[in-house]
Amino acid sequence: METFLQQVVTGLADGGIYASIALALVMIYHSTDHLNFAQGEMAMFSTYIAWTLINAGVPYWLAFGATLAISFVGGIVIERVVVRPFENAPVLNAVIVFIGLLVIFNSLAGWIYTYDIKQFPSPFPERPLRLGEVYFRAHDFGAIGVTLAVLLLLWLFFRFTPLGLAMRAAAENPVSARLVGIRVGWMLALGWGLAALIGAVGGTMVAPVLFLDPSMMSGVLLYAFAGALFGGISSPGGAVFGGFFVGLAETLAGTYIPFIGNELKLAVALLIIIGVLLVRPSGLFGRVAVSRV
Amino acid sequence: MTLHTADRTVSADPPAGTGSAAQSEAASARARTWRRARLAAVLALACVLPFVMGDYRVFQFTLVFIYAIALLGLNLLMGFNGQFSLGHGAFYAIGAYTAAILIQTAQVGYLWTLPAAGVVCGVAGFLFGIPALRIRGMYLALATLALALTTPPLLKYKAFERYTGGVQGIFIEKPAAPFGLPIGPDQWLYFLSLAVLIIAVAIAHNILRGRTGRAIMAIRDHHTAAEAMGINTALYKSLTFGVSAMYTGVAGALSCIVVNFVAPDSFTVFLSITFLVGSVVGGLASISGAIYGAFFIQFIPNVADAVSKAAPWAIYGLFLIGFMFVMPAGIAGFVDKVGGRLQRKLARAGSRAAQAHPAGSSKP
Repeated sequence: METFLQQVVTGLADGGIYASIALALVMIYHSTDHLNFAQGEMAMFSTYIAWTLINAGVPYWLAFGATLAISFVGGIVIERVVVRPFENAPVLNAVIVFIGLLVIFNSLAGWIYTYDIKQFPSPFPERPLRLGEVYFRAHDFGAIGVTLAVLLLLWLFFRFTPLGLAMRAAAENPVSARLVGIRVGWMLALGWGLAALIGAVGGTMVAPVLFLDPSMMSGVLLYAFAGALFGGISSPGGAVFGGFFVGLAETLAGTYIPFIGNELKLAVALLIIIGVLLVRPSGLFGRVAVSRV
Repeated sequence: MTLHTADRTVSADPPAGTGSAAQSEAASARARTWRRARLAAVLALACVLPFVMGDYRVFQFTLVFIYAIALLGLNLLMGFNGQFSLGHGAFYAIGAYTAAILIQTAQVGYLWTLPAAGVVCGVAGFLFGIPALRIRGMYLALATLALALTTPPLLKYKAFERYTGGVQGIFIEKPAAPFGLPIGPDQWLYFLSLAVLIIAVAIAHNILRGRTGRAIMAIRDHHTAAEAMGINTALYKSLTFGVSAMYTGVAGALSCIVVNFVAPDSFTVFLSITFLVGSVVGGLASISGAIYGAFFIQFIPNVADAVSKAAPWAIYGLFLIGFMFVMPAGIAGFVDKVGGRLQRKLARAGSRAAQAHPAGSSKP
């Protein structure tokens, strides 16, 4: 029972990170139909920026805030400079561009910071939390808390602010949104900025567990991708649920199915998801796309 | 070998000039001769190359041919049938391991492993294609990605170690040229791969030219309409998946023979993504695109490395983005466009010359 509870918390903590990256993927997918394969590497790069700031002596939460701001601006710049020319390109061309971005970020990080694995500090206490008879890592709870807080803020933003509504309108129906005076192009850029920001949160939360190296996000991106599709890529809430689910499934499968071990646990998580997709081809909460013939 | 598919013929303008039917027929005959001459020249060059290059370069070109076969399979699936795959590295691995296991444990002659790998992968692809019918687009991309991710751990898996050699993989002997041909083993493998590539291209060309090809492309262009026309979309889609996997599997088996070695870590997700890159950059819905794409994935990393030793992959990424910016229809699309423009210019110049000096004409 103890192990089980510990594994559930670890799974949810990992899941929260997958959920943030999955949400970042969904935000961009929702407005442009493009799946940003570089999302994970962008988050990795943001985490390196945070690492640089912290090592320069900036207090943790200040560095955290600054990283989010830098990532937000960086995301907008990437959209304006690199992605915008491919706005109407076929899906696969966009995929290649994102793969290009992915290898660029990965290579730049390796070049600037070397490929050595680095420690990344956690803002939460080292001492394990004790609940009843069971000990938990404080960082796990902290990561879950931070993820949920970010999700809540985003929900409030999209639900109650004029800018959030404008962004949703631009994603839902670009033509009508343009007609009522929303600058759709800029809304897309803002979406990229926000996605980069969410990714940065995920990156800084996962780095104390995974350690910091240029390839730390490749696995996370795959889980996030799986989570986003599992929940239904047209549904932000579904993507968050999917992320948490994948984290749980992966951790529990790795612990309780003896012959799997670490190597195959990703495969098992994916197989579960594909099994679900075969029954519900648009994901659990996804809308079935109806197209006019 | 240029294939005009629906999406490209739309963009290509009709031949300039409103000449008579006879004139346009002559023009198309000229184009055909031109195309054949070009093909013959390329083939002749390919036959001379291994005698003027070092062994390592010959090896690199052999790999280009092998990649071209794999990409051809991927192009059939993605370019002509409109199904995504991020998992063709898995079929490449299955092909390679089929060859290695047959050679090592069953002492099968290495040439026989090619059809065997083709059959194994064809069946595997067909079977995978059946559940894949239910999912489309990005969801299919995820399913195939799962396939690619599962392959290396499965190959390393303890229970199969007896056959797969586990993490170490399997070494096989490098085959020498048969019939006492006076060429080195590298040159022999070069010609073997070239021959397989030519057969693969011929088969793909014939599949795509006929009724089957039109059905495959109709499914890509409009799924519902194709179904309404009476095309058995489920059958054709899984068949295309099977044929595509078969191509990639044969390429995998060839790679095993050429590299003399298979190991799980050669078949990571990265391989599948490399195939995707080659397919799109080369030109999706074209046969020649597979060959251009193969050159790209074999040589551009070297070029990037030469440009910057510090961050070669950053340069590679810039290449990717740049290629997509300049050539949205891939290298094949670009070559077609530029070639077509040149040809029209030549034709126009030719007809102008003919009008200026009408042979045996008495008009003022």
